[in-house]
Amino acid sequence: MTQDTYQRPAPGQHPANLSPEYKSTPLRSPGKPAIVLPQSLSEITGPSLATDHLGALESDLTRQRSGEPLGERIVVHGRILDENGKPVPQAMVEIWQCNAAGRYHHPGDQHDAPLDPNFTGGGRVRADGEGKYEFITIKPGAYPWKNHHNAWRPAHIHFSLFGPAFATRLITQMYFPDDPLLAYDPIYNSVPAGARKRLQASFDMETTRPEWALAYKFDVVLRGRNATPME
Amino acid sequence: MSHPLTPSQTIGPFYWGTLVNTYRADMAPPDVAGERIELVLSLFDGQGALVPDGLFEIWQANSHGRYNHPDDRRNLPLDTGFEGFGRASTDAKGESHFTTVRPGRVPWPAGGMQAANINLSIFARGVLNRLATRLYFDGDPALAEDPVLKLVEPARRATLIAKRDAAGVWRLPIHIGGAHETVFFDV
Repeated sequence: MTQDTYQRPAPGQHPANLSPEYKSTPLRSPGKPAIVLPQSLSEITGPSLATDHLGALESDLTRQRSGEPLGERIVVHGRILDENGKPVPQAMVEIWQCNAAGRYHHPGDQHDAPLDPNFTGGGRVRADGEGKYEFITIKPGAYPWKNHHNAWRPAHIHFSLFGPAFATRLITQMYFPDDPLLAYDPIYNSVPAGARKRLQASFDMETTRPEWALAYKFDVVLRGRNATPME
Repeated sequence: MSHPLTPSQTIGPFYWGTLVNTYRADMAPPDVAGERIELVLSLFDGQGALVPDGLFEIWQANSHGRYNHPDDRRNLPLDTGFEGFGRASTDAKGESHFTTVRPGRVPWPAGGMQAANINLSIFARGVLNRLATRLYFDGDPALAEDPVLKLVEPARRATLIAKRDAAGVWRLPIHIGGAHETVFFDV
């Protein structure tokens, strides 16, 4: 039997596909278990987006339009690592979020809150050689959604990561520490209790920029390689 | 574990401001070698309703069967203009359209070759973990010996096999659940 290149997640790390409190899941979750596939070249390779040339403003969501967006300016930074603690150098990090009032720059979002002409809420950055990344953005607002009566999403930023392989692809959400809405959010709470806090950024006083912006730190951990078997 | 995994979350409905501005539906510029194919992937929920807010991603080898990735060290031609990555959201009809090249065959770790295939990732509101599946090509004589298809019970294999329509377009419907549920893989 050939050994898999990438470790398989232990139980209790990811949400169950069927998480009934999140009411979109019953019709959008497979009824049959996924078939475990030995990792071939098709799974241990994956896109790096290496040929994408990023503009200087793609990581500063406050300077993408003609004026400054409204809201609380923040630094969001951290590292892209694997389970072995090794950085994922040059990892592409993609984010999207709503504005300070809790509305996405998207025609499908009809929440009764103002759009900000100076904020579209999308950013990309390539991590450095140590897996470090940094965005400048606006703290997103909470917003209501129709999952249940008086449902509100806690403030969050969506993150998309590729990592080194098809097997390591991850889309997740970053939340803010100790947000009281977390306790009521079925998407956050779809994650097993022992793993949820990993989705909360930490307030980072050291990185705060005096007279300018507060800072939050959010590390993302992707699947790591198995140890190479001894020949 | 000193570095526990970051849990997955749904892509939600409002991703396109970032991801679709950078999408790649046309994956094969003119200088790339191989047979051009048009591919239409469609997405359905567990009751057969189309999913107009999903996102498909493609990962595939080039026409020579080489992945554009440092872990593919085989001595096969690398088309510099072909990354092998595609991304497109579903439209109002629940469809994503791609132009690419038909991939070459790639090896299987235990020996032998896989039939030509394309890896697919599926994301949508209500989908908490990336769904991974594969696309194969109807009529390919190598299907009978493909080691992945052999892991799938025969009655469900057709959910992985794209068919060519009268206009020559390869089509594969993906059903997240229900009677025609697609086979998904834990990669």
